[in-house]
Amino acid sequence: MEPATQLDYNHQLSLRELPYIIRWRDDRCKRCGSCTAVCPVKAIEPAVKVQRVVQSEGPVPTPTASRKIVHVVEQVTDIERYCTGCGTCTLVCPNEAIEPEYNPQNKFLHFKNRGGEGYKRGGRRNDPSVSTLDRLKFTRISMLTDPALDAGRHEFRVRTLLGRILPADELPLKKVNGNLVVTHENGKFIPPVREIFPIMIGSMSIGALSPPMWEGLAMGVTYLNEVEGLPVVMATGEGGVPPRLLKSKYLKYFILQIASGYFGWDEIIHSIPHMVEDPAAIEIKYGQGAKPGDGGLLMAQKVLKLIASIRGVPQFVDLASPPTHQTKYSIEEAVAKMIQSMSMAWGFRVPVYPKISGTKTARAVLNNLARNPYAAALSIDGEDGGTGAAYNVSLDKMGHPIASNIRECYLDLVKQGKQNELPLIAAGGVGKKGNLAANAAALIMLGASVVSIGKYIMQATANCLGDEFNRCNLCNTGKCPRGITTQDPKLYRRLDSDKVAERVVEVFKSSNVELKKIFAPMGRSTELPIGMSDGLSIDDKAMAERLEISYAC
Amino acid sequence: MCRLAAITSHDYFSPMENILALETMKEGHDGSGLGLTLKDLGGPFEKMKGYPVLSGICSKKGAKMLDDYMEKAGFKLIDIWAPKIKAVKGMLAARDHYFARVYDYPASYKHKPVRERDDLLMNIRIALRKMGESDESIFVFSFYPDVLTLKEVGDPLQVAEFFGLDKDTLKAKVIFAQGRQNTNYAIYLYACHPFFIQGYCSMTNGENTAFVPIREYLTGRHFPGYIGYNSDSEVFTHILHYTSRQLGFPLTYYKDVITPLKESEIEGREDRESLKLIKQSLRPLCIDGPNVVIGFTPDGTCFMVHDAKKLRPGVVGGLKGKYALMSEECGLDSAIPKRDKTQDIFPMKHDMVIIRPKAEEVTVWNQLHN
Repeated sequence: MEPATQLDYNHQLSLRELPYIIRWRDDRCKRCGSCTAVCPVKAIEPAVKVQRVVQSEGPVPTPTASRKIVHVVEQVTDIERYCTGCGTCTLVCPNEAIEPEYNPQNKFLHFKNRGGEGYKRGGRRNDPSVSTLDRLKFTRISMLTDPALDAGRHEFRVRTLLGRILPADELPLKKVNGNLVVTHENGKFIPPVREIFPIMIGSMSIGALSPPMWEGLAMGVTYLNEVEGLPVVMATGEGGVPPRLLKSKYLKYFILQIASGYFGWDEIIHSIPHMVEDPAAIEIKYGQGAKPGDGGLLMAQKVLKLIASIRGVPQFVDLASPPTHQTKYSIEEAVAKMIQSMSMAWGFRVPVYPKISGTKTARAVLNNLARNPYAAALSIDGEDGGTGAAYNVSLDKMGHPIASNIRECYLDLVKQGKQNELPLIAAGGVGKKGNLAANAAALIMLGASVVSIGKYIMQATANCLGDEFNRCNLCNTGKCPRGITTQDPKLYRRLDSDKVAERVVEVFKSSNVELKKIFAPMGRSTELPIGMSDGLSIDDKAMAERLEISYAC
Repeated sequence: MCRLAAITSHDYFSPMENILALETMKEGHDGSGLGLTLKDLGGPFEKMKGYPVLSGICSKKGAKMLDDYMEKAGFKLIDIWAPKIKAVKGMLAARDHYFARVYDYPASYKHKPVRERDDLLMNIRIALRKMGESDESIFVFSFYPDVLTLKEVGDPLQVAEFFGLDKDTLKAKVIFAQGRQNTNYAIYLYACHPFFIQGYCSMTNGENTAFVPIREYLTGRHFPGYIGYNSDSEVFTHILHYTSRQLGFPLTYYKDVITPLKESEIEGREDRESLKLIKQSLRPLCIDGPNVVIGFTPDGTCFMVHDAKKLRPGVVGGLKGKYALMSEECGLDSAIPKRDKTQDIFPMKHDMVIIRPKAEEVTVWNQLHN
């Protein structure tokens, strides 16, 4: 009988409880140690084992048992060091001897609350199912009665407007010799409007992202504007901007975000007198699709010298942005006054708009904005949006899908006849399955003027490993194995900002082509088909009814 | 694809000229309907220019409802013109009443400004339309001084014979005719061009791929006349009305609204500042084609424009005092054979062909150079 101490494994987890199980092949492994060294969470470790081997040599069976020492790579069952499935071990293995395998039977969430602390992570909602956006089809194909256009030959204008647009009957125009000229006699305010590419890079801060990642995105966006003539803009996220960029002529391609922590704004405000260009817009963040009602959080381990100086805070402290703007207590204060203040800071030359998370109450915010002549847009971030750090429960269970949210907001504007006055920016899960242009076009036809992307651009330009199977999602820890969401130079030196920039350019150039390939057969080329809902169908009657589009099967 | 035949002249002429032009373009329409709008009326209407003419079709029941309604509204019936219906093989059975009724304004409106009177006429037309729409007892196509509209399902030549237009004295100085090619929508009288609202009229061929956003924008203006849309082409008339009457833009800006220039092209225009604002504010009204639009305005000016892709080219030609705007060259040959063909105008994508009232002068306005 074995002693009871050896039988008592009751409080240990088995590998079956964990989301990923490491498949290690003894026969291929050369014991170089690369995998165990690189694992960001130390989920695997080298181990020494004793093996009992029965051997028989010679012409007749003469089995003899011997014991030998072997070196193996072993996965730990410690929940704090669970394998995230990132696969960095596979990347560095010279012999393809190791890879994590997803374990669909895992009971990970039952245990990932040690110390009474809920599971926190980065990434997106862990829902690998097909989203509504991916179920939408473009079914109004121009045929003989209205010939389809040629995406390669016809002239296309894949552009949209960001900013408050005056209704035609309020334009300050007068007739002079048969021409219409703008009259400034009555002092009518003409809001600033930017013409941009309809897909933009959404807010990701320069603390959440590593320096090469942020730099790569910024360089890519600038190249697209300066060289390719594609007016792509990028939102900075909360946390400021490198001072050099604030004073450069390229600031016009960036949307500065102000959120409830106001991080980085001391630097920005002090730079205003030195700015040679206005920013593309100002985004006031009230909510985020990935973690609705939650504030921002930059974990202490990511607050290194550069970040501390840009944000104007000490190093290595948790930087929490409150869930709400603490100085404001009502929608009038929170929205109207913020918009006024930010507009005033740039002499009313810059569009200012709020960003909220997808919610049933989006229409209430929308209607408030519709009555505010200074509100430049409304950005709605759906439940499939991403984040650098949040509670798993917020990521997985909170929020509203973007498709019906954007649709009901658009139709509300249609009722008021204001659908062209207040552009809607849709975000959250765009390109979830890689169909960036198709998802963007679908949202545009549902009523969005602009589509914003985050996770897609990280995956496509820097090979972010995260997915809807909770793979990696270490963004909050500062241990990003790709060097995307870390401030650790040992990790981010893995990322080449030039390569990121190159990929940004490739992504936008190809989506520009793909958008044309969608719009051309639908007979649209001159203007973006915003709200062209007769072009869309879905294979579910209830969804079709909810979105007020046709059902096709 | 629909065929369009518009003629504008210094002298009165018969709508048969348009019908025969449509007949030569027959390969392009399937005979699913004919729409005719006549402006600056001659013949029996010549002496009643100031009085509004209500054009439509009704059943016996509808006639009673219509009479009662008009009487209550204070309109005094002055005259009734009705086509002399002739049974034609292949045509549907005739409906009870085809009419053009000439009314005098209610006493309270006689000295009101034109704008107010126009609103009254439109509201009456809409009320009558709504009264008779569900059971098809009343169809009303226009209610406006010096304008008459006839519409019926069938082959244009047969419909003309059915209405007895070949023998009638009905004449006008501006006549628009459309031979309908039924495509997406069921054959329905309210889907038949030309469309008319408060002195503005247009007809179009080709489908309108941007129909839904345009319709939603127009209905969002909350103007009572922006209803119907049984055809995706009705929005072209309403855009014309919205830009010209409601916003007070000069006619050429219609082209700038439906087919806006690129930013770089706008820079070359003297009125670039206003053009940029107009392009932004009226972004949903960009038509995106493929269409040719032929229209007239209350003063009798006729015009033709294309979408920017020019997949539906039209042609304008004629002599001083008589010009035709056609979807096909053969239609022009039929309408005005004795013209100098070398002077025919095939408008390019930036052109707007404008013919002044009484066909005195043709100008080609170029959007790039204003």
